Amino acid sequence: MTETIGLWVAALFTIGIYSFLYKENPLYRLAEHLVVGVSTGYGITVTYTNVIQPRFVEPIANGEPGAWILVVPALLGLLYITRFFPNAAWLSRYPMAFLMGAGMGIGFPLSMKASVLRQLEASLIPLYETGMAWDVVIGNVVMVLGTLAALIYFFFSKPHKGPFFGTGSKIGIWVIMVGFGATFGFTVMGRISLLIGRIQFLLGDWLHIIK
Amino acid sequence: MKRSIPLAIVMVGGILFMIQYFIPHQYSQTLFDYYTEWAPLVGAFALVLGVGSLSRLHSHKIKRKAKNWQYSYAVLIPLFGVPFFALIMPESLGGGIMQTMGGDRVTQGVFDFTYMNVQVPIQATMFSLLAFYIASAAFRAFRAKSALASVLLIAAIIVMLGQVPIGELIGKWFPKIGLWILRYPNLGAKRAIALGVGFGMLATQLKIIFGVERNWLGGAGE
Repeated sequence: MTETIGLWVAALFTIGIYSFLYKENPLYRLAEHLVVGVSTGYGITVTYTNVIQPRFVEPIANGEPGAWILVVPALLGLLYITRFFPNAAWLSRYPMAFLMGAGMGIGFPLSMKASVLRQLEASLIPLYETGMAWDVVIGNVVMVLGTLAALIYFFFSKPHKGPFFGTGSKIGIWVIMVGFGATFGFTVMGRISLLIGRIQFLLGDWLHIIK
Repeated sequence: MKRSIPLAIVMVGGILFMIQYFIPHQYSQTLFDYYTEWAPLVGAFALVLGVGSLSRLHSHKIKRKAKNWQYSYAVLIPLFGVPFFALIMPESLGGGIMQTMGGDRVTQGVFDFTYMNVQVPIQATMFSLLAFYIASAAFRAFRAKSALASVLLIAAIIVMLGQVPIGELIGKWFPKIGLWILRYPNLGAKRAIALGVGFGMLATQLKIIFGVERNWLGGAGE
C-alpha cells in the first residue's frame, strides 16, 4: 500500500516538474517548494544523526572522559546564530574564522598536491613505448602538447605573439574548443540518461506500459 | 575585536596547519585530530543559520500574504516534519535508503518515504529537465559560423553519437573516436584548466590566510 502511494506521489511530482516545459504552474511550484523543504529537512536529520549526535550528544550523555571539551566547539558553532542579531552579528565571524583559517591551511598543501603536482605528474608520460598502439601514441602527443598549448593560451603575462606564445596559444584554443565540445556532449548524454530513467519510471514502474 | 581577531585567528590557524602537514610528529597529529573532530561540529551549527534564515523568509511570506505565500507551507512543513518524524521514528533512518531485512523491504517511515518518493524523483526530474534546455541552447548557440565553432560542434556530435547505439550503426570505429576525443584532447584541455583552477585556489587560500581577501567577514559591522 505504502509503496503504491509512494509510486503515485513520485509520478505526480515527476509530471509536475515536466509540466514546466509548457509553462510555470501550481503543481510545478508545489514540487519546487517541496523539494527545498524536504532536502533541507533531510540535511538537518543527517547532520544531527551523523555529526551532532555521535560527536557531541553521545559523548556528553555517556560521560566519556574529557568529553566536556566538546562544549568549546559547540559554543563556537552556536555563535553562528548571532548572525540574526545585528548588534552581535560580528560574533559569527569567530566560528567562520576557525573553519576558514585551519581549513585554508590544511587545504593549501592538499590543493598543491591534488590540483597541481598530480596534474603535472599525469602529464609527464612517455609518448611512445614499444608495443604501444598508434592511436595511443597520437593521443599521448595530443594530450601532452594540448595541455601545454592550453596553458599557453591561459598565460596572459606575455602577448600571444611569436612562434612560441603565438602558435602555442592558437593551438591551445583549438584544443580547448575540442575539450568544451566533448564536455558538452558528455553532459548532454548524462542528462539524456536521466531523462530516459524518468521516462522508464513513468511508463514502466508507474503505468506498466513498458517492461 | 570585530575584525582584527577573526583575521588573526585565520592567519595563525592557516600558517599553523600549513606547517603541520610537513611535521610528522605526534603533537602535530594530535592538533590535526582535534581540528578534524571539532570542525564538523562547528560547521554543523551553520545549518542552524541556514534553517533559521529559510524559515524566517517563508514565515514572513506567510505573515505578509506575499505572492504565492501558500507554497511557503510546502517548504516549512517538511523542513520541520522530516527531522521530527526521523527523530521520533529512528528505525526509519536508513540513510534515506530502504533497507532489506530477511528478504523484505522495510523501514518505510516518513523519512524514507519523503526521501524516496519526493526528493529523489523531483531532483532527478529537475536534472533531466536540463536535457531539454541544454538541447535548445545548443541549437541556438552551436552554429558553425567559424572554424573554431565547427570544431566544438563536431566534437560534441561525435561524443554524443559515440555513446548511443546509432553511433555503432555508423561504424564500429565511431564510438572509438568519441572515446579517443574524451580520453586525449579533452583531457589535455581539462588538465590545463585544472592546473589554472589549482593555481587560483592556492592564490585564494594564501590571500585568505594573509587577510588580503576579507569578503568572508561579511557585512556584520566594522
